[in-house]
Amino acid sequence: MLTISNLHAGIEDKKILKGLNLEIKAGEVHAIMGPNGAGKSTLASVLAGRQDYEVTEGSVEFLGKELLDLAPEERAGEGLFLGFQYPVEIPGLSTTNFIKTAVNEIRKYRGQDTLDAVAFLKLMKEKMALMNIDQTLLSRSLNEGFSGGEKKRNEIFQMAMIDPKLAILDETDSGLDIDAIRIVSNGVNKLRSKDNAVLLITHYQRLLDYIVPDFVHVLYNGRIVKSGTKELALELEEKGYDFIKNEINEDEEVSIAEKH
Amino acid sequence: MNMTELFKDQFAQLQAEDKDSKLSAVREQAFSAFNEFGIPTVRHEEWKYTRIGTLFAKDYKSQVSGQPNFSAKDVDAYRLPGHKEANELVFVNGQFADKLSTIRSKDLTVLHLAEAAKNEYSEIVSKHFGHSSDYLKDGINALNTAFVKDGIFIHVKRSKIIEEPVYIYNITDAAAENILAQPRSLIYLSENAQLQIIETFATRGTEDSFTNQIMEVIVEKDARFEYCKIQNDSANASQVSTTHIRQTGTSYVNAIIVSLNGEIVRNNTNVVMEAPHCEAHLYGLYFQKGNSHIDNHTIVDNVMPHCFSNELYKGMMDENSTGVFNGKIFVRQPAQKTNAFQSNKNILLSNNASVNTKPQLEIFADDVKCSHGCTIGQLDEEGLFYLQSRGIPEKIAKSMLLVGFASDILDKINLPHIRTYVDHLVAERLGN
Ligand SMILES: Nc1ncnc2c1ncn2[C@@H]1O[C@H](COP(=O)(O)OP(=O)(O)OP(=O)(O)O)[C@@H](O)[C@H]1O
Ligand SMILES: [Mg+2]
Repeated sequence: MLTISNLHAGIEDKKILKGLNLEIKAGEVHAIMGPNGAGKSTLASVLAGRQDYEVTEGSVEFLGKELLDLAPEERAGEGLFLGFQYPVEIPGLSTTNFIKTAVNEIRKYRGQDTLDAVAFLKLMKEKMALMNIDQTLLSRSLNEGFSGGEKKRNEIFQMAMIDPKLAILDETDSGLDIDAIRIVSNGVNKLRSKDNAVLLITHYQRLLDYIVPDFVHVLYNGRIVKSGTKELALELEEKGYDFIKNEINEDEEVSIAEKH
Repeated sequence: MNMTELFKDQFAQLQAEDKDSKLSAVREQAFSAFNEFGIPTVRHEEWKYTRIGTLFAKDYKSQVSGQPNFSAKDVDAYRLPGHKEANELVFVNGQFADKLSTIRSKDLTVLHLAEAAKNEYSEIVSKHFGHSSDYLKDGINALNTAFVKDGIFIHVKRSKIIEEPVYIYNITDAAAENILAQPRSLIYLSENAQLQIIETFATRGTEDSFTNQIMEVIVEKDARFEYCKIQNDSANASQVSTTHIRQTGTSYVNAIIVSLNGEIVRNNTNVVMEAPHCEAHLYGLYFQKGNSHIDNHTIVDNVMPHCFSNELYKGMMDENSTGVFNGKIFVRQPAQKTNAFQSNKNILLSNNASVNTKPQLEIFADDVKCSHGCTIGQLDEEGLFYLQSRGIPEKIAKSMLLVGFASDILDKINLPHIRTYVDHLVAERLGN
């Protein structure tokens, strides 16, 4: 579904992603972990099409198309969804109005009929129940004055409404209490199917108890430096990232030694 | 002939023709003030960023009297939604056209100003007419008064609520020549009365128009005055539009100005709070493009204690448009416990657009709460990316952000017909 090859990206003169490779197949759940500043959110932003980041090398194929050639809205149309680490507050734009526009613009992109008010309301009611979100929140301005937890739940609610092929969730679990983590995980698990995939960015193994990943990757200094299964997450939780850093340093010493 | 000489001739003619008018002496005074002040240049502190002089370099025909050649059918093009249930007052080229106007509310008194000046209302007229000139010391204000022959006088009796709004259309017929129009009105809300006015401006034809308008409003104790001005005239139309409100008793005022087009548009919006516990809300939304220039000057004068005022002006400036916001708040020495808030927020949508914004607080009381703030920024890039990442195309996403920005002003428009109308104008401006 998604193939990232040798991706280099940065902002201004700062190199952030330095040759990142990752392959995600339909039906899989991947988790990316890594220390602060490793480049996790940068990866998510580059995939979603944020203009501030400049891609200097590499390619990203998504469902047979070169993702990097598409505008952000086209990527969404193709089935990519990014749950933001810091969802943006938009004053004066009602959450419902926003989601309705999003759902219908994506439908238009795909050549489907737009949902009328009745059909949209029905869909919304269904997903609201799933995400335990109430009407008053949705009638308020988008994310404005929402608590951290409400913002994250709103992201997953949007995901449920949009029903993407690939959902990238950037620290959706951070700052959530355990009930909210259950609700969010439940929402993500409902999306899981053999045709869809999920990329979770998280610092905490706890989330992975609820959304069990097929693969866990460690992103460090702009690259995936280690991949494994869910046991890797446990190991990271226990030992921290230092053991990875040590391993990398050893590797580098080895490769330096080999060159000699 | 240059404008100054033309004004001199016209003034002499008007005074000779209309010498018995009660307004004659006021005109005389105003004309000498006009000669003294002259047309403001950018050296005038209140006109620093608005070059009004350029408008006087043109030749205008100014119609001081007589009914212009305009039919009810001609007015149709400019009527606002909901007009069938509204009172409609029409000015053509600055002259009140009573034949084109319709009064539907039985408790609404609308008279020719010249008439009101000599009948039972003469005391009100002599007491309040021209009060704005105490605050606006420039030739523009004086010019209107110098040429006032007529205008409208609106009176609402004690405890009468005018349910149907009053729509005022200021129409300028610039089909054949440049027109200078100077509409004038005096509005009086007696104790516990309520009135709602919606005002628009329109120019017919492609010659230039310049409307120099003064509306003076007196709001007595427990009365409620709501005002909405919509400026969406053509790019060949300019105006200086003064709304001067005196709260002579503890009362409520709400004024919204939506400015979407025009060559040079200057609004003077003044509220003088002469009684304790007055409340006033002043809102403005300007969304300009092309070479339009919009200037909002506001004055809130707290004369008595415990008054509350809130000003929120928001601007979106595109292409080569330029904007000015100047908000003056006076808190006089007796006006303790004043609460006065002011905010001006701007979004520049192009590199060539600009805004000058300036709050001015003059506080002589010591126990007051005043705040002011202004921002000038670009469209929120993060917000834009957020919407786009949800599949919303850039153009639509931009519109949504701008409508969101404007919404807290638009939400203040109470009349559903007018709200829908303004929403529609904004959407049109956004190119949707
Ligand atoms: N807009 C930006 N301008 C300048 N530097 C940036 C910008 N965005 C990211 N960076 C830098 O790039 C590096 C990677 O940031 P990124 O947000 O991708 O990290 P992260 O792995 O998501 O970290 P965290 O776990 O704290 O969320 C950091 O050093 C960060 O300071
Ligand atoms: Mg991050």
